[in-house]
Amino acid sequence: MSHSNSHDHAVHGHEHSHDEHANHGSLRSYLTGFVLAVILTVIPFWLVMGHVFQSHWVTITLVLLLAIVQILVHVVYFLHLDTHSEGGWNMLSFVFTIVLVVIVLGASIWVMYNENTNMMPMSPQYQHNGE
Amino acid sequence: MLEPTSPPAARSFLFGRLTLDSLPFLKPDLEGHIVLVTFLAVICGGLAVLGLITYKRLWGYLWREWFTSVDHKKLGIMYMILGTVMLLRGFADAVMMRAQQAIAFGPNMGYLPPEHYDQIFTAHGSIMIFFVAMAYIVGLINYVMPLQIGSRDVAFPFLNNLSFWFTFWGAITFMVSLFVGDFSTAGWLGYPPVSELQQGPGVDYYIWGLQLSGVGTLLSGVNFVVTIIKMRAPGMTMMKMPVFTWTSLCTSGLIIATFPVLTATLFLLSLDRYVGTHFFTSDFGGNVMMYINLIWVWGHPEVYILILPIFGIYSEIVPTFSGKPLFGYSSMVYATCAIMILSYLVWLHHFFTMGSGADVNSFFSLTTMIISIPTGVKIFNWLFTMYRGRVHFTVPMLWTMGFLFTFTIGGMTGVMLSVAPADFLLHNSLFLIAHFHNVIIGGVVFGVFAGVNYWFPKAFGFKLDEFWGKASFWFWQIGFWLAFGPLYIMGFMGVTRRLSHFDNPALQPYFIVAGIGAALIALGIGSFIVQIGISILRRKQYAVGGDPWDGRTLEWATSSPPPDYNFAFVPNVHERDAWMDMKKHGYQRPLEGFNDIHMPKNTASGVVIGVLSFACCFGLIWYIWWLAAASFVGVIVASIVHTFNYHRDYHIPKAEVNAFEHSGNWQDAAQGANA
Amino acid sequence: MSSTAVDTAQSRFLCLKEQHAHNGTLLGFWIYLMSDCFIFASLFACYAVLGTSTAGGPTAADVLDLHGLAINTALLLISSVTFGFAMLEMVRKRKGAVMLWLAVSGLLAAGFVTLELREFASMIADGAGPGRSAFLSSFFTLVGTHGLHVSVGILWLIVLMVQLGKFGFNEANIRRMQCLSMFWHFLDLVWVGVFSFVYLAGVLR
Repeated sequence: MSHSNSHDHAVHGHEHSHDEHANHGSLRSYLTGFVLAVILTVIPFWLVMGHVFQSHWVTITLVLLLAIVQILVHVVYFLHLDTHSEGGWNMLSFVFTIVLVVIVLGASIWVMYNENTNMMPMSPQYQHNGE
Repeated sequence: MLEPTSPPAARSFLFGRLTLDSLPFLKPDLEGHIVLVTFLAVICGGLAVLGLITYKRLWGYLWREWFTSVDHKKLGIMYMILGTVMLLRGFADAVMMRAQQAIAFGPNMGYLPPEHYDQIFTAHGSIMIFFVAMAYIVGLINYVMPLQIGSRDVAFPFLNNLSFWFTFWGAITFMVSLFVGDFSTAGWLGYPPVSELQQGPGVDYYIWGLQLSGVGTLLSGVNFVVTIIKMRAPGMTMMKMPVFTWTSLCTSGLIIATFPVLTATLFLLSLDRYVGTHFFTSDFGGNVMMYINLIWVWGHPEVYILILPIFGIYSEIVPTFSGKPLFGYSSMVYATCAIMILSYLVWLHHFFTMGSGADVNSFFSLTTMIISIPTGVKIFNWLFTMYRGRVHFTVPMLWTMGFLFTFTIGGMTGVMLSVAPADFLLHNSLFLIAHFHNVIIGGVVFGVFAGVNYWFPKAFGFKLDEFWGKASFWFWQIGFWLAFGPLYIMGFMGVTRRLSHFDNPALQPYFIVAGIGAALIALGIGSFIVQIGISILRRKQYAVGGDPWDGRTLEWATSSPPPDYNFAFVPNVHERDAWMDMKKHGYQRPLEGFNDIHMPKNTASGVVIGVLSFACCFGLIWYIWWLAAASFVGVIVASIVHTFNYHRDYHIPKAEVNAFEHSGNWQDAAQGANA
Repeated sequence: MSSTAVDTAQSRFLCLKEQHAHNGTLLGFWIYLMSDCFIFASLFACYAVLGTSTAGGPTAADVLDLHGLAINTALLLISSVTFGFAMLEMVRKRKGAVMLWLAVSGLLAAGFVTLELREFASMIADGAGPGRSAFLSSFFTLVGTHGLHVSVGILWLIVLMVQLGKFGFNEANIRRMQCLSMFWHFLDLVWVGVFSFVYLAGVLR
């Protein structure tokens, strides 16, 4: 956050070409991204539809891990996110977003799991264990 | 549980569920009479204002120079006016509640039926947060931040205009509920199940008013972030930015990260109400607690969205009136960033008592205590800035001192509430009410008044009257403690919030004292209005130049009020406190060699899209489906038409710049003369 | 103070020539997308919490069709790449090719939306509509919100094709293409979350 934005924009007049440069990508990057995305999509479908693992939780964990990898592939090869575009601010805002989204999702699930366990006597698991 | 009070009335195609029975001022009871009187007053006042504008032939001027303006300064001023009008509305609600609670004991049921009382506290809370505090903050950032970074406007001037109109029509949605139908009784956060079950249009008014203003705020947040990142004057690195700009950046970051959560949560609530989904219902697997969780994911960062820019205001005022640079600039910046992240980790302390258990409560209890540390750092920084400085006790400085005293106590009661076991006793008691008014009035409101007194001369070219400013401060300061001191005490005794009637007569003296406090605050608001009125009358006498306070940052480097283009030449920054640096090096304002200046054109698109959005929301509130559908299509068409306009800017010719630079209100701008 | 000293102070503290204006649109749009992440995060959180609250009604395994999902995923992924091709052609200033690839991307996305609507319609017809249970409410809302985004993207794409046809590759249109490109890829990225978390993990919960 504190790093100084060293390419003092106003100094050079070709800011435009500089801005656009970061967003092009190439045929190569799109095709690499596409192939990787196809692979990362086929594997989870195969894991689930082919019932590869006995344990559901192993499959779910793998599916979610592959999803995270694929999201990173999309970010790098399709959205062309790197540390240089917009003087690093794209990257910084992306990292900021990821951190907070993880907090929202993770903490909500954690909080609501506890709330449900403690406060929802009508939930199915209570009916099994309780009465 | 609430039952529908009347059978669903027959709905007409033309008016949906809107009938003459929906107009509360036609009801022949006391409540109806109160609303009728208010309604007549508003109608007469409104007609008088409209008549005056017509008589003075000001419509063309207002349309060209204000409504369609994309100038950040004019939009900032419009936000401040909106905030002040809504402050009067929200404060009227507060006075009604204080009056009710001061008399409603034992056999006396007071003058407000519970149903009406509930609408009042709901309206008071949501209006004060969304349309007073937020409007003031967005207004101040809008006015000051682009000047502080040496920019000519914000990054997206049209979006800025659009944001204002969204906020404005959100406020109008709330105001319409006063006279057409009724308002939500579900509290300022619209908790289900009350917000799910209430039949009338009240909750729908609440939802759509907030959705409109929420979109406006989100767009402002994006706009400010890009402005700060992209449009700083050359040489102004991040660590040379004024602290107010830093806090604006962090607040905007929080807006971007939290307002979508509010939008999504209210969207889910409206789905439950309109199409029968089961997110927050009590049956079919719905989960009320999820609403409370989600709304506070937004709700807690929101209070930091409010207070961070206010911290920035104090960080500008204290150095200026102590005559020395801010103590601990870097620690101020790091503390702001730390608060920005930490504010996202504390939301559960609003519902410790909901039952998430010891682990979860301990975690959020600890994070809440930790977030008070960076705030404490800031308090010490301001104190050390004043230490051995030459402190001028001007009105802005007075508000700052009042803040340091009041806010610190509010912060400490907050730390008390962060202790989860203590919170089980104090939750939803008047102690909580006293605490958050202590930080919001003592922090945000005092800060806004400090900022208004500080930057008013910049915006209008004359100072505000000192005497009435000081009167306003003392009325507020004393009134605040009289109004909320008793609430702290009663909170310890276990008195809960949101009650319209009490049985225990021993409590009445406390409520009477609180009522007197509210009356003093009313005098404080009155003094503020008198202060503005008198200053306008004496504007010749109070006229000042570009730099009336011997300021340190770039907004004081231009004339008061600044020209449309802000700076004839964009400043080149070398140090923090760039304007002080310029003054020290014998900078003198150039009077020749001007260039043509590139500026954005005004546009009517924001007004059109704003009006259509309001029509769409009104249609949704009253089930007038044709209106909702037609105006929704209208919004999309208007937006598309806007994108076909490729000629959005023009040049101010150098002759015009030259003319202004020889005529504007400069006086002492280059000399830095003391006030 | 001598006049030379004044001149130095002026050139030291002022930019005496007008600066080229910076355009913040691409950064601003990126930040808007980041804020959209939080809308989806809220909806994902709802699905995570409510996804098993079926209230005795159908579960995810009962109603979700993984074969249809595979086709949908393919459509969206391919349209992401074809949009990339449109961007590459734009660099070469080949208007016809750009229009062609845009049309292909738009049609693929329209196919996606059509299939999704058919899936929704058949679920509702089977008594598994959004009002049946909290699970179905959160499913329809999350997937529907994504579909709504795609539909907005299609509308935007049509408008932009008209503008490209009329005004060519001017500065504003190039910027709009870049923004729509980000939007398009972003929606594909969200879809990865949807098909993994809502469908694939959902049928196993």
